[in-house]
Amino acid sequence: MTKIVYKHIHLENSHTLAVYKSAGGYQALEKALTLSGDDIIDEVKRSGIRGRGGAGFPAGLKWSFIPKDDRAKYLVCNADEGEPGTCKDRDILRYVPHQLIEGMIIAGYAVRAERGYIYIRGEFYREAERVQAAIDEAYAAGYLGDNVMGRGVRFDLAVHRGGGAYVCGEETGLIESLEGKKGQPRLKPPFPANIGLYGGPTVINNVETLTSVPDIILNGGAWYSSLGVDKSTGTKVFAVSGHVNKPGNYEVELGIPLKVLLEEYAGGIRGGWDNLKGVIPGGASSPVLTKTVCETVTMDYDAISKAGSMLGSGAVIVLDRSVCIVRAIARLSRFYRHESCGQCSPCREGTGWLSQIMQRIEQGKGVREDIDLLLSVAGNIQGKTICALGDAAAMPVVGAIRAFREEFEYHVEHGRCMVA
Amino acid sequence: MSELQKSSSGVPPRFSEEAMRQVEVIFQRYPADRRESAVMPVLHLAQREFGGWLSQEALDYVATIVGMPPIRVYEVATFYTMYNLKPVGKYHIQVCTNISCWLCDSDSIAQALRNKLQLSFGESSSDGRFTLSEVECLGACINAPMLQINDDYYENLTPAKVSEIIDQLP
Repeated sequence: MTKIVYKHIHLENSHTLAVYKSAGGYQALEKALTLSGDDIIDEVKRSGIRGRGGAGFPAGLKWSFIPKDDRAKYLVCNADEGEPGTCKDRDILRYVPHQLIEGMIIAGYAVRAERGYIYIRGEFYREAERVQAAIDEAYAAGYLGDNVMGRGVRFDLAVHRGGGAYVCGEETGLIESLEGKKGQPRLKPPFPANIGLYGGPTVINNVETLTSVPDIILNGGAWYSSLGVDKSTGTKVFAVSGHVNKPGNYEVELGIPLKVLLEEYAGGIRGGWDNLKGVIPGGASSPVLTKTVCETVTMDYDAISKAGSMLGSGAVIVLDRSVCIVRAIARLSRFYRHESCGQCSPCREGTGWLSQIMQRIEQGKGVREDIDLLLSVAGNIQGKTICALGDAAAMPVVGAIRAFREEFEYHVEHGRCMVA
Repeated sequence: MSELQKSSSGVPPRFSEEAMRQVEVIFQRYPADRRESAVMPVLHLAQREFGGWLSQEALDYVATIVGMPPIRVYEVATFYTMYNLKPVGKYHIQVCTNISCWLCDSDSIAQALRNKLQLSFGESSSDGRFTLSEVECLGACINAPMLQINDDYYENLTPAKVSEIIDQLP
């Protein structure tokens, strides 16, 4: 199967400029600099690539929103990989940082941004070191700086490390953080494309999205869109974790059946396919899919959405039949409570209530009404906050009750779990 | 907001010459009129320079370096979990217990650490060697269960491996 973002990671010293160049690196940049910015944006539009961070917004369209005015523009790479279950970008940062850097220089040139930042979650200290070393190499080789490849184009790039706040993965929270503030998301509109970092037009893309750009430029948008399926083009890395025999990051074409991903790539379910209970298909915030759905669903944006969940970041978390669904979701609710930034009351208060109620049901102290109370609290969060963290907290709870209501009922009626 | 703790030494914190050179490198990453962007990296640097945590004096010092009102530095330092506002051990052991690690039995890893170190989550050993913390997802889910000690990740753990790792720390 065609690989794009991981195609070089098997090479020894793949993180170095020498190896990346010998594998064809920076040829896309050379080509891009002969094109106009608009040509590049059109090519990315043609590819159909959608944002790989979770929201799935078409990247080319996002770039085209950058106004052609005289204000300083910025390109930001979101490497604040923090959605539980997600660890796909980490391997790009530590194994192929130059491919990301090349994608960023091309993107910066296309939208006329002369300055870029890679916002890396703070805990990825070693990964940030790797990226910084690659940036230093790229400056020394003339790929970065005030005269990129001698073509008179300017692009400066720097690493900015986060400080351990999930909410900074939200793009405006990230911008606030980059400006030296608490990472509390901004009201939108205005969108970052108009008023972003330092008030300037700003493109924010996920690591995987930007790392796909060199191949889109080299091989063309039409080539990219021939991979995957309609409206979910190209390849995607799925981080498969939990109860599979071979957990790992697997780059495959979008549209692959979930069952194939789990059985043929991830080594199968621990204890066999029939031991599968459910799959959280796109990171902690995406509603859990039952085994029945997992039998047939394909891994693309529309199919997963139709199944009532989200492709999200592509973090596939596999639960076998030993898992207490109430306990699993209670753990996630605790996470969202901890990570709520506190600025919107529905999220600040609601995530606390969700966590408390989930915890008391899990501990066998819940009452029957608690199940509907969870749905009510979730309903009072969803759509009522500045950013999507509140929705992210509500969706797994609502999804789990929808799919496994009998387990919640068993917990409140018997004061214990039905599986353990 | 968590309480800020005063330094016990009474000696005002100061960056070494080498650290000041690093501060200059940090400033160069941001536009000249956007120095406040440097507050997070300078706080990270201060934490490394000043023994792994940030006293109120250290935050005040960072405020003078970056040119921000101290209250704005306090806001940032208290918002992000990686800034330690009280002393931590020489080895800060952070165990992930979020979903992917939990599915792969992080409970046994946490238990092994509690037994080995005789510490609960949030506690430090009296000799100043260890602090044990429970943390949220660290983004190494395919290699669960895992933990972080200072700058490094330790992955695909078993209770026996954890014990070995602790024994081998210098």
